[in-house]
Amino acid sequence: MTLIDLANPSRFLSLAGRILPWLVAVTVLVLAIGLYQSATAPDDYQQGATVKIMFIHVPNAWLSMFVWSVMSVAALGTLVWRHPLADVAAKTAAPIGAAFTFLALLTGSLWGRPMWGTYWEWDARLTSVLILFLMYLGLMALWRAVEDPSRAARAAAVLTLVGAINIPIIKFSVDWWNTLHQPASVIRMGGTTLDRAFLIPLLVMAVGFTLLFLTLHIAAMRNEILRRRVRTLQMLQASKSAA
Amino acid sequence: MTLGPYASFIVMSYVAVATVVAALVTWVIADYRRQKARLRDLEAAGAVRRSGRSAAEVK
Repeated sequence: MTLIDLANPSRFLSLAGRILPWLVAVTVLVLAIGLYQSATAPDDYQQGATVKIMFIHVPNAWLSMFVWSVMSVAALGTLVWRHPLADVAAKTAAPIGAAFTFLALLTGSLWGRPMWGTYWEWDARLTSVLILFLMYLGLMALWRAVEDPSRAARAAAVLTLVGAINIPIIKFSVDWWNTLHQPASVIRMGGTTLDRAFLIPLLVMAVGFTLLFLTLHIAAMRNEILRRRVRTLQMLQASKSAA
Repeated sequence: MTLGPYASFIVMSYVAVATVVAALVTWVIADYRRQKARLRDLEAAGAVRRSGRSAAEVK
């Protein structure tokens, strides 16, 4: 099955119905393994047990950027290729991305208080992630403000692509500026600086949260297609009544 | 497993994540049921797609 085949909403619904139960099962399994590994991971020599917050903070932080990247590809799909499901994918990813970004900010704050002595610092990394969160909210507001889905899709796609400039800023903010937030320790030139005892639970949780995003996104896309069918039927009914 | 002096911060983090994930899952499931119910109601009221196929059918 190619991407073009999935352009047919009915075919997408059929595929979603088949793969969602499997995806749910794999997601639950991987997250359960990740949670067990996180619970049994040793304490860090500096952070103590607080390192356990990293196993949920880092995957959420990665996903906050990943989801916007997915939305940016979908925005290209809307503007360049006019793929019928591109704006469905972009619209439904936004609230999920906003939730992950909120969790990255919240868990980072709860880690920061005992480790840095403060819940919040206006440094480049924290501020750029807060801007990302506000952009997610702005995008969701835009989708709700414009009634016609195709007009809303084009406006949202432009805003998404403009906002994509924030993703490399978030990623490299810790290198470009002097920040309280520590530099990258997993994905970096020269390899990871993390010990395997922390790296493995972190990666398993990252895979688990990515699967969670995929599951929620496919389910939310299915809902959005059904919502558009409702709208179409209501319009057909209204035009019949008018005639 | 002992969580040390900052146990409340660790527990709060995991509870927050569990709550938000549960809210997302609930939202997706409830929205699916709502849209299916609306489609069934519309079909019961005589609305049909141009293709003639059922709108509520997702298989």
